[in-house]
Amino acid sequence: MTVLEHGVSGGLAERPGATLLVRGARLLDPRAGIDGTADLLIRDGEIAQQGDALELPKGAELVDAAGLHAFPAFVDPHVHLRTPGREDEEDIDSGSRAAAAGGYCAILAMPNTDPLVDTASVLRSLRERGRAEARVPTGFLAAITRGQQGEQLTEMAELGEAGAAAFTDDGLPVRSAGVLRQALQYQRLCGGVLALHEEDPTLSGEGAMHEGDISARLGLAGIPSVSESTMVARDCSLAAYEGGRIHVQHVSARETVEILDRARQAGVQVTAEATPHHLLLTDEAVRSLDTNFKMNPPLRSEADRQALIEGLRSGVLDCVATDHAPHAREEKEHPFELAPMGVTGLETAFAALNTGLVRPGVIDLALLVERLTAGGEPFGVPAPSLAPGFAANVCLVDLDSEWEAGEAGWESRSSNCAFAGRRLTGRVRMTIAAGAVAYRERSFALEAVR
Amino acid sequence: MNRHLLSIDDLSRGDIERILGRAESFAEVSGREIKKVPTLRGRTVINLFYEASTRTSSSFELAAKRLSADLVSVKAQGSAVDKGESLKDTVQTLSAYDPAAIVFRSPHAGAAALVARWTRASVVNAGDGKHEHPTQALLDVYALRRRLGSLDGVKLWIVGDVLHSRVARSGILAFSRMGCEVTVCGPPTLIPRGIETLGCRVRTTLDELGEADVVYALRMQRERMSGSFVPSLREYAACYQIDGRRLGPNQLLMHPGPVNRGVELAAEVIDSPQALITRQVESGVVVRMAVLYELLAGHTAPAGAREPTGEATEPQPA
Repeated sequence: MTVLEHGVSGGLAERPGATLLVRGARLLDPRAGIDGTADLLIRDGEIAQQGDALELPKGAELVDAAGLHAFPAFVDPHVHLRTPGREDEEDIDSGSRAAAAGGYCAILAMPNTDPLVDTASVLRSLRERGRAEARVPTGFLAAITRGQQGEQLTEMAELGEAGAAAFTDDGLPVRSAGVLRQALQYQRLCGGVLALHEEDPTLSGEGAMHEGDISARLGLAGIPSVSESTMVARDCSLAAYEGGRIHVQHVSARETVEILDRARQAGVQVTAEATPHHLLLTDEAVRSLDTNFKMNPPLRSEADRQALIEGLRSGVLDCVATDHAPHAREEKEHPFELAPMGVTGLETAFAALNTGLVRPGVIDLALLVERLTAGGEPFGVPAPSLAPGFAANVCLVDLDSEWEAGEAGWESRSSNCAFAGRRLTGRVRMTIAAGAVAYRERSFALEAVR
Repeated sequence: MNRHLLSIDDLSRGDIERILGRAESFAEVSGREIKKVPTLRGRTVINLFYEASTRTSSSFELAAKRLSADLVSVKAQGSAVDKGESLKDTVQTLSAYDPAAIVFRSPHAGAAALVARWTRASVVNAGDGKHEHPTQALLDVYALRRRLGSLDGVKLWIVGDVLHSRVARSGILAFSRMGCEVTVCGPPTLIPRGIETLGCRVRTTLDELGEADVVYALRMQRERMSGSFVPSLREYAACYQIDGRRLGPNQLLMHPGPVNRGVELAAEVIDSPQALITRQVESGVVVRMAVLYELLAGHTAPAGAREPTGEATEPQPA
């Protein structure tokens, strides 16, 4: 059973089982060992063939992709779709449109909505909405504890049956080691990875930003790196002891990367993600007190950022996740300490990382593509591929196109993007998700040939 | 100088010296029977205070009145803020009255800078959270300079709860800009990690206090006790209270007020001739007059400290 819902049946995407010939793109799928310029034939929503000067099948659409790159489309294991409850900030339609515009073919939504996704009935109704509205396949996680109170487990077995993609109390840590241990034990019955927001609230307190030189200067209460790393150490120990599987969300601190590295070497079943903003920005950005640099965990120091990049290289960090967290404009227009935590990221993830890491030569393009496509794997969602036989999940990207983030508005209902206003290089022109065209950039001319 | 005063970082040493010089000329006016000058006649100053304040708000009010500005004071309590109006809406509403300046106090860091983005008025930060309180630092520098002359090479110790103190942050910046060598000292739980990057030394005991020319004690807020930053006020006083035994006869004492007698300061030093505490309060009005003058009239009026005193001889409208 797939846990991903997709609105193709509702007629939102152009049509399922598209047949297209992508002509002349540079195909890059590091996992499959594909790297070269060729035509890519997608037939009935499946990758059919690669080769030179492929013949255009009758009735197929020709996509002139000369000068573009074709990657397996990206998978984001960490987005907030604000549905149910805050549809003014985002809904499944707008959030999945933002995903498609960012080159994503699948996303996993967090359960900290209102009401929370902590019962099977809420989960079922959400999945139904996903079936009607989602422009790209969308999975829904359920809470680990009732009301995310950290005290009592949700009915994880029933939630698993109802199609929970995994379990998380994201937004909040599972404070009690005892409760997390029970969840790990219960995992043997219900399956599903436990995705963990790691933060010791007795250390993070009222903190609004990373604890360091900048917080000292600004007089803001700090969130020390150890509020994350001590919890990761605790939870790796628990996972090892119970033989459970955990996924550490939005890693921000150097110490955390070190602990994860040791745990992996010791055989602990732990995967981890990092966000584009933690990979690209530091607490220096917070000097401006711009609330689009307020998120949890906070932007940390340059040493932390370098450790994250190294973790991405070494594979200690398995994947990039955006932690796309839309907030209403008026809620971000507050003094820094009062503004809610979180930034949007789906529409800028690739471009920001391409601009900040690939173009300056910090990491290879192939590594970035690999980490952007790997987000589903910890959750049992296989990584997309350009190899024949796979479902067509492809994004076409112009690596040299420069644009200003937000210049033409956002597909998301919210605009609280940490990269808003920045000049970025690299633009997604088209996204094919689960065999259907999910996104075409306006300026990207396409010729349908009959 | 900028259009706003949000942070000591907005000011060069030259800016600070100009403001202090201006304050000295206003001090002359303050000694007269009629303390008013007409500089800001017909212009409006709004005092917008989102946090309780006695000395800062009253001295800004007096400063605006002595410059003949029309003054409106808005407190968060009992205003539209109480009815849930957002800061942005409040500021835009008040800005519709076309004020020349908004003096703004908030419990949140960076709030004054936000206000500056939403109004055409000049914004004076009268304290934003634990971030800065630039006019306090200016009046502290003013009071100390009146006593010592030049501050170059003066050793100044700031003692107490540095973590929660905007007075300390603005003070470190302003005193060191004027040439002081600043040391901060307090319980390790109340010294923020990284504070030395502001340009000060850090000590956690008073052992070397003897080297200080000036001891600046910070207010120890009783509510900090609940956060277990220090085990008890008694222990705090035992380790950090400035008393007649610790304060040498040649050391000066400062405090931003209000004082917790018997906590950060012992009674005998508060009333000693070494204490500049009353001088600091007195300096508040003239320094804030000088700040308003610099921001609102400094660019258009001819320079020179004589000018405001000269005009003071004219009859003033009530």
